[in-house]
Amino acid sequence: MAKKNVIETKEVTVYLNGKLVGKHADGEEFVKNMLAKRRAGEINHEINLEFHRKVHEVYVNTDSGRSRRPVIVVENGKSRFTNEVKEKLKANELEWADLVRTGVVEYLDPGEEDTLSYVAMTEKDITPEHTHLEIDNAGILSAVTSQLPLQEYNSSPRITMACSMTKQAIGIYAANYNMRFDTRAYVMYYPQMPLVYTRHQRTLHADRRLRGANLVVAIASYRGFNMEDGVVISKAAVDRGVLRAVALRTYETEERRYPGGQRDKFEIPAPTVNGYREEAAYKYLDEDGLIVPGVAVKGREVLVGKTSPPRFLEEVSAFGIAEEKKRESSITLKSEEEGVVDSVMLTQSPSGNKLVKVRIREIKKPENGDKVASRHGQKGVIGLLVPQENMPFTESGITPDLIINAHAIPSRMTVGHMLEMVGGKAACLTGERMDGTAFEPNKEEDIKETLKNHGFQSTGHEVLYDGVTGRRIEAEIFTGVIYYQKLNHLVSNKLHARSRGPVQLLTHQPTEGRVREGGLRFGEMERDCLIGYGASMLLKERLMDESDRTVELVCQECGSVAYHDFMKNKNVCPVCDSVNFAEIEMSYAFKLLLEEIKALGVFPRLISSDKTEY
Amino acid sequence: MAEKIDKKKDLKITPGEAVGVMAAHSLGEPGTQMTMRTFHLPGVVEIVPTGLPRMIEIVDAKKIPKKPIVTIYLDKKHSKDEKKVKEVARSIEEVLLNEVASFVENFSKKQIFIRLKKDALDQMKLDMSEVKKRIQEEISKDVDMKHQRDKVLISGKKMPLRMLRKLTNKLKALHVSGVKGISKAVVTQDKDGEWLIMAGGWNLEDVLARAEVDPKRCYTNNIMHVYDLFGVEAARNAIVKELESVMSTQKADVDIRHIRLLADAMTADGEIVSVGRHGLSGRKPSVLARAAFEETVKHIINAAIHGEEDKLAGVTENILIGQPVPLGSGLVKLTMKAPKK
Repeated sequence: MAKKNVIETKEVTVYLNGKLVGKHADGEEFVKNMLAKRRAGEINHEINLEFHRKVHEVYVNTDSGRSRRPVIVVENGKSRFTNEVKEKLKANELEWADLVRTGVVEYLDPGEEDTLSYVAMTEKDITPEHTHLEIDNAGILSAVTSQLPLQEYNSSPRITMACSMTKQAIGIYAANYNMRFDTRAYVMYYPQMPLVYTRHQRTLHADRRLRGANLVVAIASYRGFNMEDGVVISKAAVDRGVLRAVALRTYETEERRYPGGQRDKFEIPAPTVNGYREEAAYKYLDEDGLIVPGVAVKGREVLVGKTSPPRFLEEVSAFGIAEEKKRESSITLKSEEEGVVDSVMLTQSPSGNKLVKVRIREIKKPENGDKVASRHGQKGVIGLLVPQENMPFTESGITPDLIINAHAIPSRMTVGHMLEMVGGKAACLTGERMDGTAFEPNKEEDIKETLKNHGFQSTGHEVLYDGVTGRRIEAEIFTGVIYYQKLNHLVSNKLHARSRGPVQLLTHQPTEGRVREGGLRFGEMERDCLIGYGASMLLKERLMDESDRTVELVCQECGSVAYHDFMKNKNVCPVCDSVNFAEIEMSYAFKLLLEEIKALGVFPRLISSDKTEY
Repeated sequence: MAEKIDKKKDLKITPGEAVGVMAAHSLGEPGTQMTMRTFHLPGVVEIVPTGLPRMIEIVDAKKIPKKPIVTIYLDKKHSKDEKKVKEVARSIEEVLLNEVASFVENFSKKQIFIRLKKDALDQMKLDMSEVKKRIQEEISKDVDMKHQRDKVLISGKKMPLRMLRKLTNKLKALHVSGVKGISKAVVTQDKDGEWLIMAGGWNLEDVLARAEVDPKRCYTNNIMHVYDLFGVEAARNAIVKELESVMSTQKADVDIRHIRLLADAMTADGEIVSVGRHGLSGRKPSVLARAAFEETVKHIINAAIHGEEDKLAGVTENILIGQPVPLGSGLVKLTMKAPKK
């Protein structure tokens, strides 16, 4: 509060949560007293002030929704976080709440931060004008960002990418995952603690929810299989279980009640049921209609046998009783998925119905096309699994688990990645994890020293031998240990192809998307390319023959689309009494367009000429 | 010799080649690059908009470009003489009364007081009485005008105040000398050491009326003006020239034939037609092709009103109904029917 007073009158208007409550004769005095009371614990610590000196206004804010952050209080150029407090904290005599209560630490909201505070970054920076001291330099970082090690060495776009990718990493997302029935979840086998950590990870308990593995990584080229952000991974490492995960998926269904006292039933459907599959489809089901845990299932196989009452009430039969014709409504595994029935749970839904949850588990080994990333925005796709004997090796026989390409480094300026590699290497040698918290003093020299003392090159380079030829690789290769994450973009969930398959009801064109077993769109620009090339037959094949080709009867008299009446076994024109028809090949979309034009009140006529052979 | 002829044959476009689509591709691809690269180049003063904005301007057949520019060459006798060229440049620059006089309005007396700046007039070699005459011509008869040396007093006793302000604005914009619409004339030297004038505006018609100006070498980037003045052929050449300069400043290596084809398509009707709904695409002969592009219902209804028939001669309509397009391999047909057995 040592700042110069710029108001002539000392009187201020006081607002409480934005509402005018009164005036005070001396603004500086008022603010000073309020702050003192807060720090003494006389008023609630959640109260923040805002002092706009130029307009003589003091805002008192107590409402919810302000984002507040803790800082150490500084008074008369001295930090309230004294050695005495420090010792007591260490001896566990004090805890955080005590610090807040006694006014050692207080929370600032944006308003108070703007108008009433001057925060020093370190204790050394404190001058008499300072009002607060930053607890930690890395306090500016968010929960996610603070988990990235050595980030002050990286370029900002890569940090942004690293942040969004750590959120996609597969790990152990919850300690009770085995008791949960999440619709979709991945759990990693034996995730490791990162060798280079940040202090925040412990604060956030992120070291108990791990999501990756420390891999021996070499920066080199491997026969072109790791170009353009591909990575080459050692088959041996995969076989030992590195980055291995299990995918869990829960299917659930309920015995629903319908108006009229009818209800669904879990059972093996009787052959008389409408939509009955074949007997083999129900072979895994127990008598209660539920599948047995431990059974390996494939796409579209029945997990829970279920029958439902008919959709529409049927007419009373000759015997006077409504005959009950049930409908098949079993739950099946999604197409393109497979796995083992992990567990089956039978319980009750909130509305009191029988509820079944079936959890399917499938092991997802790292495979070609899976995405991995370090914590520096260095993402890559596995391009090749190489048997250990073909991987390059060092003199002592170490082979890298992963080989990334050298082109991934210079333009992206992820120096943190390089540092983590050598840092991890040093940590392996000393057996001590390295602190990689942001804005900590430079550790590069220490790392170099450690590597040197253990007989490695301080640069992190190593002489490697080609696993295939056995020859020494001419260049020395930068090798280290770095934490890699497996991201939940797995090829096995994306791989899709189709030759023939379902079509849409309205347009008769192929469906779209993997779940609907759809086709890959031959779009407008692709079409333009074929036109430009003059490949008109291919174009017709793509857009007609392999899409929505139909043959329609066209009345030769009036030009409207006609139909064949199977009852009378003759062709009929809906408009005139013509007997002259032609079979015309057209796209169904065009036929649809004709209908729509008719709906506009316009009568389109198709005038056909002689048949042309192509 | 025989070889040479063959080569020439190779260069011919084969029948059924989709030249339009090729041109569209060839111009469109660098277009996408341009959006990303040079909407504005940092640190570069843009005399004329280049890149995509200019390309859009040309293709849309805008009436007036964002930055119209006229390039004026003097005839060979004068063009080497910097002094002469500068003199001409000064004389063609349009001078408005506002630039050589100060205005004071007196609303209570309903008067406009104009003071001519003598030094400004001298600099432009203008005669004061001439200017006064111009003012006299501009104002209507029921307005009174008195003048003495460099002072002019206009009083409109019966005028409403609004009209007085209107008159002031009108007088401020009064053309005093130079060519209408020509501003900021700058004299520069070309590669051959000849002096030329670059100026804002496009009024070629009046510029060419000047005796010293070489009418064969003057140019403006206002394509519409070129069309008005010289006709479609010239406009077509102007389109080619402008597009070519856009492409070459972007270092986009586009074959001139693609540009020519586009320019031809835009001018084929004898007037400049924009590319798009109101132009080329909107004038396609096929109902289906037009309906497939934009404003589907409008085209179908109008076709119904006029009883239009679609001959299915184009590409779009044939794709729509599912026939081979009359292009490339689809152009070839058998004209003889095989005898039935």
